[in-house]
Amino acid sequence: MDMTVYAVFFYIIAALIIVSAGMAITRKHMVHAVLYLVVSFLATALLFYLLGAPLLAVFQVIIYAGAIMVLFLFIVMMIRPAPAGERSLTAGRLAAAFGVCGIYVAAALVLAFMAAPEAGRPMAAAAASPFAFGFYLFDRHWLAVEMVSLLLLVALIGALHLGRAGRRNQSERKEPL
Amino acid sequence: MGLWLTGYAILMFKIGVILTGVLLLAAYLVLLERKLLGRFQARIGPNRAGIFGLLQPIADGIKLLAKEDVMPRGAHRRIFLFAPAVVTGTALLTFAVVPMGPDLHLGGRKIPMVVTDMNVGLLYVFAMASLSVYGVVLGGWASDSKYAMLGSIRGAAQMISYELALGLSIVPVVMLAGSLSLVDIVQAQAGRPFVLVQPLAFVIFFVSAMAESKRIPFDLPEAEAELGSGYHTEYSGMRFGMFFLGEYVQIQVLGALTAVFFLGGWRGPFLPGPLWLLAKIVLVVTAMIWIRATLPRFRYDQLMDLGWKFLIPAALINIVITGFVMVGI
Repeated sequence: MDMTVYAVFFYIIAALIIVSAGMAITRKHMVHAVLYLVVSFLATALLFYLLGAPLLAVFQVIIYAGAIMVLFLFIVMMIRPAPAGERSLTAGRLAAAFGVCGIYVAAALVLAFMAAPEAGRPMAAAAASPFAFGFYLFDRHWLAVEMVSLLLLVALIGALHLGRAGRRNQSERKEPL
Repeated sequence: MGLWLTGYAILMFKIGVILTGVLLLAAYLVLLERKLLGRFQARIGPNRAGIFGLLQPIADGIKLLAKEDVMPRGAHRRIFLFAPAVVTGTALLTFAVVPMGPDLHLGGRKIPMVVTDMNVGLLYVFAMASLSVYGVVLGGWASDSKYAMLGSIRGAAQMISYELALGLSIVPVVMLAGSLSLVDIVQAQAGRPFVLVQPLAFVIFFVSAMAESKRIPFDLPEAEAELGSGYHTEYSGMRFGMFFLGEYVQIQVLGALTAVFFLGGWRGPFLPGPLWLLAKIVLVVTAMIWIRATLPRFRYDQLMDLGWKFLIPAALINIVITGFVMVGI
């Protein structure tokens, strides 16, 4: 099997994703775990870029690494959760975890090969321009996009309502700042 | 193989020139700011090192490098050491997509005057801006100090809030240019700079950019009177210098982006492209310094009200109006 430059990059990035994701779920310190997850997301963005989807790569950084994980970090810093007690990773627990993941991966692979027998072949490098991506999304999947945006709007209004309810109760007791 | 090596050498040369230029300009923007602030406050400003104080940035640099690098006892060592590099690194990386001039033709070879012309260049800029929040948050958290912690929480809240207004204010520009590439956006301003057709977007972008750079009047994360100096209170020596450098590279980035999005980028008569871009960056930064010298600091609720209740709705309305006008035409 000849290794192209792309293949070398792919294996480096894939190893980075797996190692950082593994570190994220085994760290006892919450902030360290969050940071490893950020590294994992950044490496995923690199993988998207390598596969020819720069738009997806940039969204991965802006939304996951940049927005969601900053909020995670914010919450962890603000509420300072007590460090988790000593949970040892016994051989039995490790075996159970790997067993569940293994079954899941195997099932996904079998399903993928059954649905498309050509899935085993290497993917051709293709680049999706933002224009093509946007056109595809709003041409074929406009209903899904609208539904997701409606869902987010509902969540936004709900958060606003909860926040206002908290403030109303407080202002009866205390002077506002 | 030879062709590949030439391309690689040209790329490395471009990166070297841009990094040197940006760092040099950052050092002299500090001098410009101190000189101008001195004048605004009826002082002379630094004038001891070299003529007109021109060697002052070099003296400052040597001073910072020679100072002891102190770390608080309770600090989280690796994160504490890493945080300043995030701020400076993300700011420097943004320059990769800023076009410096028209394509150069050397020996039958077309050399674009930009490190990389990504078709998602504008989103890349925002990706870097959203990552720079980590430098502020982690720097404050890892210091194990209450002032630094408060500063970093304020900084993160402020940067997340104003990123929205910053992003939304640029949408009309993308609609007019029809592209997310910074090169194409500059090309689209051949006839007129976008500041003439999108004055509201320009104002929103400029105000949000000032808030993103965390400078007076938006300097709550480092409010000296309340927080020491905020998220970098515990830093000393060149590590503090990195935060400081990051701030000045960031205002340069914001100046360059204002130039690219609204002032026509490197376009201009007579002078070569890079000089026009430089002149526009210095113009924007001078305006920022002037505002800094004029206005007092906002209160926290005023800061949040301005971002969420004024800038974001105004940017949304501007997008809708631009859409109607474009469809109408």
